[in-house]
Amino acid sequence: MKKLCFYFQIHQPDRLRVFRFFDIGKDSHYYDDFVNRTILKRIAQKCYLPMNKLLLDAINATGGKFKVAFSVTGSALEQFERYAPEVIEGFRALAATGSVEFLCETYNHSLSSLKSENEFRHQVQKHKATIEKYFGQTPVTFRNTELVYSDAIGKQVYDMGFKTVLTEGARHILGWKNPNFLYSNDIKSSQKLLLRNYRLSDDIAFRFAGSGLTAEAFVNKVNAEEGDIVNLFMDYETFGEHQSADCGIFDFMKALPEIALAAGIKFVTPSEAASKLKAVAPLSVPQPISWADEERDVTAWLGNELQQDAYNKLYALVEKLSIIDDPDLWADFGRLQESDHFYYMCTKFFSDGDVHKYFNPYDTPYEAFINYMNVLSDFIIRVNDKYATKN
Amino acid sequence: MRVLMFGWEFPPHIAGGLGTACEGIVKGLAYNGVESIFVMPSASGDEDQSATRIINASDVAVDYTTCTVDEFLDKVKFIHIDSNLIPYADPEEFSRIVEEERTRQVKDFRISFGQKYKFSGKYGANLLEEVARYAMVGGTIAMQHKDEFDIIHAHDWLTYLAGIAAKELTGKPLVVHVHATSFDRGTDDMVDSRVYAIERRGMEAADRVVTVSDLTRNIVINKYGIDPSKIVTVHNAVDFSGRENITVERGVRDKVVTFLGRITFQKGPEYFIEAAAKVLKRTKGVRFVMAGSGDMMNRSIRMVARLGISDRFHFTGFLRGAEVQKMFALSDVYIMPSVSEPFGISPLEAMRTGVPSVISYQSGAAEVLKYALKVNFWDVDAMADDIYALLTYPALAKFATEQGFDEVNELKWNNATAKLKKVYESVLNR
Repeated sequence: MKKLCFYFQIHQPDRLRVFRFFDIGKDSHYYDDFVNRTILKRIAQKCYLPMNKLLLDAINATGGKFKVAFSVTGSALEQFERYAPEVIEGFRALAATGSVEFLCETYNHSLSSLKSENEFRHQVQKHKATIEKYFGQTPVTFRNTELVYSDAIGKQVYDMGFKTVLTEGARHILGWKNPNFLYSNDIKSSQKLLLRNYRLSDDIAFRFAGSGLTAEAFVNKVNAEEGDIVNLFMDYETFGEHQSADCGIFDFMKALPEIALAAGIKFVTPSEAASKLKAVAPLSVPQPISWADEERDVTAWLGNELQQDAYNKLYALVEKLSIIDDPDLWADFGRLQESDHFYYMCTKFFSDGDVHKYFNPYDTPYEAFINYMNVLSDFIIRVNDKYATKN
Repeated sequence: MRVLMFGWEFPPHIAGGLGTACEGIVKGLAYNGVESIFVMPSASGDEDQSATRIINASDVAVDYTTCTVDEFLDKVKFIHIDSNLIPYADPEEFSRIVEEERTRQVKDFRISFGQKYKFSGKYGANLLEEVARYAMVGGTIAMQHKDEFDIIHAHDWLTYLAGIAAKELTGKPLVVHVHATSFDRGTDDMVDSRVYAIERRGMEAADRVVTVSDLTRNIVINKYGIDPSKIVTVHNAVDFSGRENITVERGVRDKVVTFLGRITFQKGPEYFIEAAAKVLKRTKGVRFVMAGSGDMMNRSIRMVARLGISDRFHFTGFLRGAEVQKMFALSDVYIMPSVSEPFGISPLEAMRTGVPSVISYQSGAAEVLKYALKVNFWDVDAMADDIYALLTYPALAKFATEQGFDEVNELKWNNATAKLKKVYESVLNR
């Protein structure tokens, strides 16, 4: 029986306000609260609230046979808490059904896994505790920011207790292999890997509008796939935001569970999949991969010298912050780690430019960089001041 | 003595330093007893007319009692208005298009003849057309005010054709004032030949050429082939009257080294960045600021990131009026590493604000500023050395600040225009 595994990503960045050179050392509020609130409330209305209800209805209607997984970043949860607490209520109701698994990731959707082992662990543990607090589940499955994964990152999270990891079914890693099987970590064979089927995931996430795709046709596609399991991983904002309600995305999702079940498909959560299936082979991923862009690597965030310099300057602070251990500084440090800030500095305009532009509040990557560095400079001053008083 | 002056802009509405210099000149001339009429393409009415009489060329109709179109065109040997580039045309086609264009231009002139033309007075796409029309109106104005001036003075290439027209029609002597040349705007092989042609014609037609520095004088001699005996340098000055130095509370405790200007090749931004990286290797308590915008900005940002100094090197984007003053007030060292700068008024502003300056020898200002530190623009080691010294040795900074403040206060337009008056006299008393 074919298994189908849905996982939805929920993240909202803390967009920065215009922060001038003249503000450095004078004003340490970095965020554009108005924009963040406006965007969050809009997406809550268009996507989070109606989709939460749709999924809850589908789970109830199928007697719990329809299952999904979520990963909600700490950054997003903080914004829900502030601007739309009813969204959290919706997630709690979904958690209570027993058919929903909450995954673990970095608290601030950060790229710390590529730079600082300590900060990565700190981020993961903070997120784990937050999920326990909000949803009463201890997460056992890990998905890294943007599905960034390598053998070494897998090993690190294994040591933190995660036996299952989600990542991209990247073509250059798989070669002739098929993403629709369970794989294992090449250097830690007891860790299981679930790979995103990007063709079918993107049929919904990127290509739905105007494609005339029906639930029946999609279920047929799933059944036609070779392998044990089809993993559909996508942003939750696909529903109602990237794909608008007019194009029928909600109707599609409403119809899908019943039709799939009738066609003999079984829904599973990632942890169920890992326990029920047997890994067919180890998968070697020596260099980090991700789910972004044609390249499926980390160049969308760390591809140019602007991004690398900003990133290196940020993580150079980890040691001092650990010694200072100040909650306000940790909070800002976390928000400044959000991968989105680095995404805005991306200069890969040509192949994936449309996607990049859609999410980018800045006219040019240079503007994004200047603004980020001004904020970071102010933050560095605060860190150094606190560090000096501490010693 | 009375002078008819052709300018392009005049404070308060200015795009660059030209308008400010013109205001200083007419005020200084008035102090020295020289009356002036200042013609500009588009006056807004709120210009300070205490020292000069402003004529708005947009208010003046070309007066056909002075001459006919053909006469006019003949007299000023009109450079026909630039035709656009025409791609992929065979020779016959091309010549047909050019002919049509020429006919259209003459027709346009006939139509506008006897009518007013509304100038934008900006530096837009139809700049060359405005320059040509300005010459026509300028000639008319000169004839209308024939008995009210003794000499004609034209500022920069935009007004040279107007100056030539006035000279041809009235027979009075012409002085052209070179505030900048094409070679300060582009590199040697990237000079706009149409602008160059107008510049050269103005200089050739002039009885005297005034340059803002010896550096510019040499360019006029070497690149335009003008007889050195008729070129005189009158260094720029700066008017600080009514200027209060503002105090700004600092957000950063570090010392601040500032570059302020267009971020273009001529201004040498890359040398500043290289010097900054060298200074930062030695000392950490310093930040560098590049204020302004320009076609080299993105390249500069990448260079800063590549050198790994972007937490200490900041970009502000384009700054306006009060922000410029604020930026100077926040600075400890000012730097102008220009590759080619006819004069460069910004270090004078910095020094007046009490900020010691490092400037390149390749700037006109270097000829008059004794108390600015000077380096060759390419010598980033020397530049880093000077910056480091000003940041680290208080005695040096104090000396440069105090002496520099006194020095720039002595650079008065009253003195500069006394020299300009002598230039006028040398032509009139021939």
